[in-house]
Amino acid sequence: MSRLSSRHLLGLEHTPQEDITAILDTADTFREVLDRTIKKVPTLRGITVLNLFYEPSTRTRISFELAEKRLSADTISFSPSTSSVKKGESLRDTLQNIEAMKIDMVVVRHSSPGVPFFLTQFSDANIINAGDGSHEHPTQALLDMYTIRKKYGKLDGLRVVLVGDIKHSRVIRSNIWGLKTMGASVALCGPATLLPHEVEKFGCDVYTNLDEALEGADVVNVMRIQLERQEAGLFPSQREYTKLFGINQERLKHLKKNYTIMHPGPMNRGVEITSAVADSSKSVILDQVTNGQAVRMAVLYLMRGNIEEGSLS
Amino acid sequence: MTSKKYDLVIKDGRIIDSALGFGRDGHIFIKDGKIAKVESDSAPIRQELKTFDKEQIIDAAGKLVVPGLIDIHVHLREPGREDEETIETGCNAASSGGFTSICCMPNTQPRIDNQETVKFVQDRAKNANARVYVVGAITKHTEGKELAEIGDLVEVGAVGITDDGCYVQNPEMMRRALEYAKMFDIPVMQHAEDQFLCGGGFMNESYESTRLGLKGAPAVAEELAVLRDIVLCRLTGARLHIQHITTRRAVEAVRQAKKEGVRVTCEATPQHMVLTDKEIGKEFNTNLRVNPPLRTEEDRLAVIEGLVDGTIDCIASDHAPHSEEEKDCEFDKAPPGMIGLETTLGLVKTFIIDKGYLSWADAIRKMTVNPARILNLPGGTLEPGNNADITIIDPEKKWTVIASNFKSMSHNSPFIGWKLNGQAQMTILGGKVVFER
Repeated sequence: MSRLSSRHLLGLEHTPQEDITAILDTADTFREVLDRTIKKVPTLRGITVLNLFYEPSTRTRISFELAEKRLSADTISFSPSTSSVKKGESLRDTLQNIEAMKIDMVVVRHSSPGVPFFLTQFSDANIINAGDGSHEHPTQALLDMYTIRKKYGKLDGLRVVLVGDIKHSRVIRSNIWGLKTMGASVALCGPATLLPHEVEKFGCDVYTNLDEALEGADVVNVMRIQLERQEAGLFPSQREYTKLFGINQERLKHLKKNYTIMHPGPMNRGVEITSAVADSSKSVILDQVTNGQAVRMAVLYLMRGNIEEGSLS
Repeated sequence: MTSKKYDLVIKDGRIIDSALGFGRDGHIFIKDGKIAKVESDSAPIRQELKTFDKEQIIDAAGKLVVPGLIDIHVHLREPGREDEETIETGCNAASSGGFTSICCMPNTQPRIDNQETVKFVQDRAKNANARVYVVGAITKHTEGKELAEIGDLVEVGAVGITDDGCYVQNPEMMRRALEYAKMFDIPVMQHAEDQFLCGGGFMNESYESTRLGLKGAPAVAEELAVLRDIVLCRLTGARLHIQHITTRRAVEAVRQAKKEGVRVTCEATPQHMVLTDKEIGKEFNTNLRVNPPLRTEEDRLAVIEGLVDGTIDCIASDHAPHSEEEKDCEFDKAPPGMIGLETTLGLVKTFIIDKGYLSWADAIRKMTVNPARILNLPGGTLEPGNNADITIIDPEKKWTVIASNFKSMSHNSPFIGWKLNGQAQMTILGGKVVFER
């Protein structure tokens, strides 16, 4: 039924170029739907989607819920605080119980890498990864790529710098895979203590000097730095992080003229990015949020959309 | 006719034993649970065989007859987790895998850190299908804070000490343990992983952990731990045994230490000779979560190299049963460990002997006489006078690992479905057949 090469979206590491292109092309159509007065199409009518969020999330959860509703799917959302997870129910049992209620698709976020794959082993539903630990967050990378492509008309040949906690970021991992598959050149920059072991094997240029990393780049995608990392001793202070890796106006002179600033949110204003940069005309941070809707609608549609009812006109 | 002189004879097998000379065809005569004599084939012996009843003869033609195998690293889970393994079922798994002697680790609940618990295990093992030797704790509750009453443990039969599962992190504590253990001529067996560097890692730190976003335990955590303990071993002159060695540089450290005459021995597991960290990302199979973790291909080959050149003295399974419920979960929530007693021999044959790394003679040595020497255990040889603990191996038996065939109560093996070569056909304990396939 899926019009993609896999019936699940677990990550971008093994997602072929054709699938990514299909998703981005389809997202264009849905992006147009979002500008209509009535932002709803019947393509997922009769399909039930479960949003299974084991980790707190505002943006991604709401984005998926809205995307589902705008495709006319029936949706339910589930988060551990309101469920029997607190009573010690296993992941398998939780999903099997919910699936006994005839769920067609599951959007899952979890702190453990591999959980989306784990779910495919005992569920017939289509599984979409909405972030599994530090592993992957494919729809975030897809919306990032969509946003870049919308501005430049292409991904191939662009230079994208990903700045921040490379070690713990699922957004960065998915961006690396997707961008490389689409022919972009990727640079990574962050404190040496937040670069994972053998990071060079990603096949990206790796920097610990921000100015060098930004030199001649088209896009900077700035990642949130989590306070816990400092508490864990991975860098000495927020102050020094900002001094060495914070994006401010002064740093931007290293970029190409037609540069773009991105951030997957939520932002720590004044820490990894200054407000002046985040709110500048070069920033597409809010476009990312809107585009995320269109990209998630595209993924859901391509995986499960009914072809006959799926007329988008 | 019935032979009165002997109870049993194993005839026409190919006998592999370091003391008796390897690869010799012959007959083993058993009386009162002991090996009475071992004879090559001859006309008088043929005549003597005719005095035996059919029931007294085990025909081992085409089979290997070896000393009962010894595994010095086994978790039996009793007391405390009898839902995962009991002493009885663990011993059944042992005999099914060709092992007649096993050493159980003290990280049960409660820990084996006093005489009562040692005696409990020994009592429960009395009628089991394998001999169980108890390895006691180094420190009380294996917490690394105070020495356990090691003299007491040895008095009732503990053959060594370890805090397995935990590294004795405090070097001062480890020094005292080595000094103290030396009085009793027992080795201190160390799970060598610096806990600070491991930092709760779930797999080997490598590009694989980077790719999967799983927290890694670096190889240097083991290397540093091994180097530190070698230094302390040299200082104290005590005996140190490194458990489940896994990294290239740790193997190299032991190799160098041995050259310098430091009294260090070490073991390696089949899983670290066969699997690498590349397997984990395929399916996030929680049975691949072990401590120390599966390493890189380079490390795997270094472990085999250490096995071949004698740096690694023996093969041990680190048999670690876990319930299906505990393993059926997120990768980073699963407890570490896999079972191994029933797959060790097949893995060693298929991936070590068949690949030409070790001969049968060398492999058997590392599963019999070598582990016996490390812990001063009886057995490990077929010399007359020894207990008649004997394993008969079908060296070319092709078999598939099937979960429901495990005698172990737990089935947490990543090798389920694998096709292996070589299997124990019969296991004899004290002259009694305790397992037959």
